[in-house]
Amino acid sequence: MKFGVLRFPGSCDEVDALLAAGRVGEAELLWHRDRDLKGADAIVVPGGFSYGDYLRAGAIARFSPVMESVIAFAREGGPVLGICNGFQVLCEAGLLPGALLPNMSLRFTFRQVQLDVLQPDTAFTSACAGEQLSIPAKHSWGRYYADATTLTRMQENGQVVLRYASGQNFNGSVQDIAGVRNERGNVFGLMPHPEHAVDELTGSADGLCVFESMRTAVEAARV
Amino acid sequence: MRARVLIRPKAGILDPQGEAVMRALPALGFEGVSEVHVGRMVELTVNDESQVQPMCEKLLANPLVEDYEIVIDR
Amino acid sequence: MSDREGGARLTSPWPVVPPSTATLPSLQDALALGLTEPEYELICEKQGRAPNQVELAMYSLLWSEHCAYKHSKKLLRTLPTEGEHVVMGPGENAGAVAIGDGLVCAFKVESHNHPSAVEPFQGAATGVGGILRDIFAIGARPIAVLDSLRFGEPSSQRSRYLLDRAVAGIGHYGNSIGVPTIGGEVYFEAPYEQNCLVNAMALGIGSRDKLVRSAAAGLGNVLVLFGASTGRDGIGGASVLASAELGEDEDKRPTVQVGDPFEEKKLMECSLELLERDLIVSLQDLGAAGLTSSASEMASKGEVGIDLDVANVPLREADMEPFEIMVSESQERMLCVVEPSKVAQVLELCEKWEVGGAAIGAVTDTTRMRVFAAGELVGDMPVRALVDDCPLYDLQPVKPSSTPYRAPKALPSPLKDARETLLSLLSSPNIASRRPLFEQYDSVVQSRTVRRPEQADAAVLAIRPLDGSDRNARDPIPGIAVSIDCNGRRVAADPYTGTVAAALECASNLACVGAQPLGTTNNLNFGNPEKPHIAWQLTEAVRGLGDACRALAAPIVGGNVSLYNESPPTHASAGPIYPTPVVGMVGGLPDVRRAGAMGFTRAGDAIAIVGPFAPSLLASELAKLQGDQLPDGLPAIDLDAVVAAQRAVREAVRTGAVSSAHDVAEGGVAVALAECCLAGGLGARVRLDGEEASERLFGECSGAFVLSGGRDALCSLGDSTSVELIGTVEGEALAIGGQIEVPLSELREAHRALEELFA
Repeated sequence: MKFGVLRFPGSCDEVDALLAAGRVGEAELLWHRDRDLKGADAIVVPGGFSYGDYLRAGAIARFSPVMESVIAFAREGGPVLGICNGFQVLCEAGLLPGALLPNMSLRFTFRQVQLDVLQPDTAFTSACAGEQLSIPAKHSWGRYYADATTLTRMQENGQVVLRYASGQNFNGSVQDIAGVRNERGNVFGLMPHPEHAVDELTGSADGLCVFESMRTAVEAARV
Repeated sequence: MRARVLIRPKAGILDPQGEAVMRALPALGFEGVSEVHVGRMVELTVNDESQVQPMCEKLLANPLVEDYEIVIDR
Repeated sequence: MSDREGGARLTSPWPVVPPSTATLPSLQDALALGLTEPEYELICEKQGRAPNQVELAMYSLLWSEHCAYKHSKKLLRTLPTEGEHVVMGPGENAGAVAIGDGLVCAFKVESHNHPSAVEPFQGAATGVGGILRDIFAIGARPIAVLDSLRFGEPSSQRSRYLLDRAVAGIGHYGNSIGVPTIGGEVYFEAPYEQNCLVNAMALGIGSRDKLVRSAAAGLGNVLVLFGASTGRDGIGGASVLASAELGEDEDKRPTVQVGDPFEEKKLMECSLELLERDLIVSLQDLGAAGLTSSASEMASKGEVGIDLDVANVPLREADMEPFEIMVSESQERMLCVVEPSKVAQVLELCEKWEVGGAAIGAVTDTTRMRVFAAGELVGDMPVRALVDDCPLYDLQPVKPSSTPYRAPKALPSPLKDARETLLSLLSSPNIASRRPLFEQYDSVVQSRTVRRPEQADAAVLAIRPLDGSDRNARDPIPGIAVSIDCNGRRVAADPYTGTVAAALECASNLACVGAQPLGTTNNLNFGNPEKPHIAWQLTEAVRGLGDACRALAAPIVGGNVSLYNESPPTHASAGPIYPTPVVGMVGGLPDVRRAGAMGFTRAGDAIAIVGPFAPSLLASELAKLQGDQLPDGLPAIDLDAVVAAQRAVREAVRTGAVSSAHDVAEGGVAVALAECCLAGGLGARVRLDGEEASERLFGECSGAFVLSGGRDALCSLGDSTSVELIGTVEGEALAIGGQIEVPLSELREAHRALEELFA
């Protein structure tokens, strides 16, 4: 099982994502100008500040050559995980509903947050079943927003996968939403960073289950 | 020609930057301000003004959360 | 390069065409640029004629305090710079120490004080950008940033503004470039009201055999400038902004440099890949004095000459004058020397990373720095005169008869008992939790942060990013630890002892996580050294730094000096800053699994004060709250006893014999205990000998620690240092003798006092 981790100019957490994915499978960096996904079974769009986050977070990355391939990969049902800036890119690309806005505090905030797993049976959470996850979040542009109609539809389809636990929503996201998936269930984005919670030595290993779930889903699809 | 695109948060979307400015103004003695929105401006020199709107839809603004207005300086 | 510039060539053989001005600049122009009359005359003598505009601009920058260290160089030569771990010492872009396995840790601290006082967001941001470039300029990948900040009291609106914007600027740069900000310090004192300090330290890791120096070499090799384009940013910054006393006017703003972390991120990746692929001979970043300083220093170190043509420099603004191009401080630029056959590959790599690149000159054997503008010679200077011949000045130190500092403002009403004193100290700006600051920084990117802020006295990083390959192995995971510290008030009270204390504090912080010092960097922030009492502070501080670093076997591998931090006498808060020799220290630890932590972890553990515990209220935080005038001198420190205590604590932490370790610093042992309780979420019940005296509870000293763990393990430390068992970890309150009993919730509330500054 092989993860492809995108690298844009300005990506910061791509090596962390590579190392985290490398704990459960093979992992390779994919350069933003290349269209070749090099046989990856799953894609990670990592955190950072792609293209400096100028204009709007994720707005320019979404038009990169590699993203054209990722959009096609997702339309065919391939699993795609977007973390932080990657979540913003996936929203900008229309692969996920909603948008990310500046934090209520207007400040970059780093905090270890507790997350409630609302959908324990997705391709990204099956290995996290029933748990509360302790994962760091760090961003200045992470307030999730979707209009009321979209939110209702997302609720009905079980698309709200992660919520900030009570009192943990520091960015002002609507309905405490921390992570969402698309209707089909193969694209998932979240603001907190599971790749920074894969080792007790750095504070928590709760995020590893996201990568393990993806491996399970890819392997199950092969059988 | 020069085109200016003014981009601001859609009505009804919480605008913490605007609110921060609105709270700061009375403290500086400016009364009677009832609404503040902070957005951004993109200035372009273009040959074909009809391209500006598609540019906004595709890249310059995010229509989900932002309104935009195009001003052409002739 | 002794005689190559011999007296024969006093008149230049080259035609000199002063650009855009009909006449040569005058002595008055030189004075306006910050040079003295004798310095100007010396320049004429070195040139064999009056310098033209380009030359005068370049001399004025390279002969400024900021570049030439003309008031500090003689003192700095007394510092210990050699040791078994030192791989690269002062003089390169950054120092480096060996950390095993063929790897080195490169590190350096640098100030951006005056730019931050003018525009705190960009000043702090570009300070971080500059220090990061110093690290990757020697071929090390930046792995961490720390910052050391000083502001006036938070009751002042200006101080709150500077704090807010400087913290945002540091975060903006570090967060966006993917380098964690893992620690730092901030103090609030009235003498910093008009002269805030923003010092940034960066660390990097590289292979010892891949390090690159900045000396230009190889006749005919090509100079490639890469990174951002050149604009009019910060023109004259080094001499006007960084070396003169800050005036009343704020119209210096247009010359402030603006940072672009996205550009720097690309520049960093590009630089590291250039080195990785062996495409360049030497590398230098463009910092203060831009192209002038980087090109001249590369030539000086290589004992060669350089010809460059400003017409080849990619510009952001048209119609820039040659001298403007030479002195521009536009950020995010690097200069490298490349063999002609590799230039195309270098430019190709620049294109890959989307950074600009241009060949702008060549290495020559003339030992002259020659500047051309589209082929026309517009400046011609002996490299040695530019870089090495700036006169160095002797200081005239005189101890002042009385302190130049006003007594701090006392709390409005006297503290009525020990309980209230503890809570006041915990909520005082210098002690309260730094969470509202460090929450604005990414401290975990790069997957190696084992101890984040407030988890331990020093930050701890695994040397290699954690990738899970160790999960089943028993092999140790080696790490490094880092701390930065300086209590300026104590240095003001006693420049020698206060500086010794700052270095010891860093080493104590390292001991608490189990790390042994490997090397030190420092940033000497002082007032005007031409004044005898400032000269005395500087001389004493450097003597203290040298003594402490020798005792700790932690040599100085690099640093920076920031002088003239004074405000004019017309200001209400007139006068010099507290002397602030910021010390940054890097240590090594064999296994990060055993890294120490600050918080109590286990109810029932015994608590002990370990090490020489000789608390004094002189120049302490409590003395400040009481409005006490600064004392003349601090109690002497027994260096050997402190070093022995640090060794004992370090070994206890490394062997896992103790549960927690925290050093006694500001606010004394009572505050240290409260911090251990808060970090661990557990209470404690202790008794101290002589606890009725506030000196015992709140007095400060060097070399004392609060440790928790098994009673026997703590007692056995008594073989190598002093140990006083004082109580146990228990309950949900801190109880000290009969005087203090405070629930954790109340301690926490007091400790959160800084939050309101960011509300």
